[in-house]
Amino acid sequence: MSSESILRIDKIDVFYGDFHALWDVSLAINKGDIVSIIGANGAGKSTLMYTIAGQYVPANGTIEFKSDRIDGMGPHLTVGKGIALVPEGRRVFPRLTVYDNLIIGAYTPKARGNIEKNIKKIHELFPILADRGNQRSITLSGGEQQMLAIGRALMSEPELLLCDEISLGLAPVVIKNIYRKLEVISQEGITIALVEQDVKRSLRVADYAYVMLEGRIALQGNASDLGEEQVKKAYFGM
Amino acid sequence: MEALIQPIINGLLLGGLYAVIALGLTTMFGIVKLVNLAHGDLMILSSYLSLTLVTYFGINPFLSILFVVPIMFVVGFAIQKYLLNRVLGKEMEPPLLVAFGISIILQNLLLLVFTPDAKGIMTDISVKTIQIGNIYLPVLYLVDFIIGCLVIFFLRLFYNKSFLGRAIRAASDDVGAARLMGIDTSNIFAIAMGIAMITAAIAGILVGMTFSFYPHTGSQYLIISFGVIIIGGLGSMKGALLGGIILAEAQLLGAHFVGPGYQLLIGYAVLLAILALRPQGIFGQAH
Repeated sequence: MSSESILRIDKIDVFYGDFHALWDVSLAINKGDIVSIIGANGAGKSTLMYTIAGQYVPANGTIEFKSDRIDGMGPHLTVGKGIALVPEGRRVFPRLTVYDNLIIGAYTPKARGNIEKNIKKIHELFPILADRGNQRSITLSGGEQQMLAIGRALMSEPELLLCDEISLGLAPVVIKNIYRKLEVISQEGITIALVEQDVKRSLRVADYAYVMLEGRIALQGNASDLGEEQVKKAYFGM
Repeated sequence: MEALIQPIINGLLLGGLYAVIALGLTTMFGIVKLVNLAHGDLMILSSYLSLTLVTYFGINPFLSILFVVPIMFVVGFAIQKYLLNRVLGKEMEPPLLVAFGISIILQNLLLLVFTPDAKGIMTDISVKTIQIGNIYLPVLYLVDFIIGCLVIFFLRLFYNKSFLGRAIRAASDDVGAARLMGIDTSNIFAIAMGIAMITAAIAGILVGMTFSFYPHTGSQYLIISFGVIIIGGLGSMKGALLGGIILAEAQLLGAHFVGPGYQLLIGYAVLLAILALRPQGIFGQAH
């Protein structure tokens, strides 16, 4: 594990209108790690993901990606920097074909030159996407859509892949398969931040973990050092 | 029977023109969920632009397309980027009102500059016909139809095969996810409107060569466009072609059987009948 951090968040607060969603959140993600962010519904995990991706602007504090300030940049620009978000609920483009969804993933100028090469890599990772290339993505099963959403994010050649609730609503056998692929992606050198409600599964693959509670970081540590009791307490705020 | 062939052929050819008239309206509805009430007036603005080029610079009406198309692209881009994008959101009404405002302003501007007199763009082929047996093909109608089909063909190619076309379709499917892909959706919507105005420019020039027009004609063509896209299905391009042909056939056959005075009425009676049988239009997707 290298100790060089690729993402550094320093004391950010995020509001939706009057609602204070993130309180003084600081975290660092090391290059090449899988980092798990866990917490109950409404703990602020998705808000944190979307803030990193540029959708929400922190009221104060800073976000640095590879030593560049990215807070307030807007999601259509953070992609070009090397951050890709696999959104909760998959959000594939339903009326576009599987192939076209992947092409759109490579919208940034940086990725546009390597479309053929990257599609080949993603087809090796998820062969089903090659078989279903000409189908409209709305016709895919939930698990296939999730693979497409991950593949589409990888098309932008990210250095940091943010995955928001990728196991939501999927069968255990499908989840297992997708998690195995995440480890392959990680071995390629891509840093991964994983938001999950399924604590055990995400801790098993993660190097480092943050537990969020009511918009704050309640607990953090190496995934292997965190005890079950300790996590449970932070998760429920007991 | 022989007497029927003439109105059927005329209806088919006119249908191609109706399709290209409606194209900009249906694509903007499909992409931005925007009902552009100024569509007809922007189309007639193109007719006047072409007329000005023809009258004052002696440019061939067909060549005027090369000048009017880029102008209308910029006009469409600017309207979307600086006016309509600002009011796009959850509500349907604000963009509708802005488009209505643009429509009123354009009509009155055209009235001021060009007077209320009827105008027409004269071409060498305005009165030419091709005779095949007992059938007379008006050359201008034939040109309208061919250009209409070409516009639809290339537009479909653009939306299905080009990078930008795919990005526009992605933004129309899911704006939030499109932004996550790096797509600047406000620019993309402006480009989509620019492209809709390219089709409106071509439609405007063809209409200007085929029929007479005056500053208020735009609203007539807006209503025709609504008819075409309701029959064909909202947002569908091949629906626009079929809708155009059905509406035009209904009008011309209606005029043939009942009398010319009933032409418009019968067109809309057919529209109502199709709405009753298939409310989502022929190529529309039921929600």
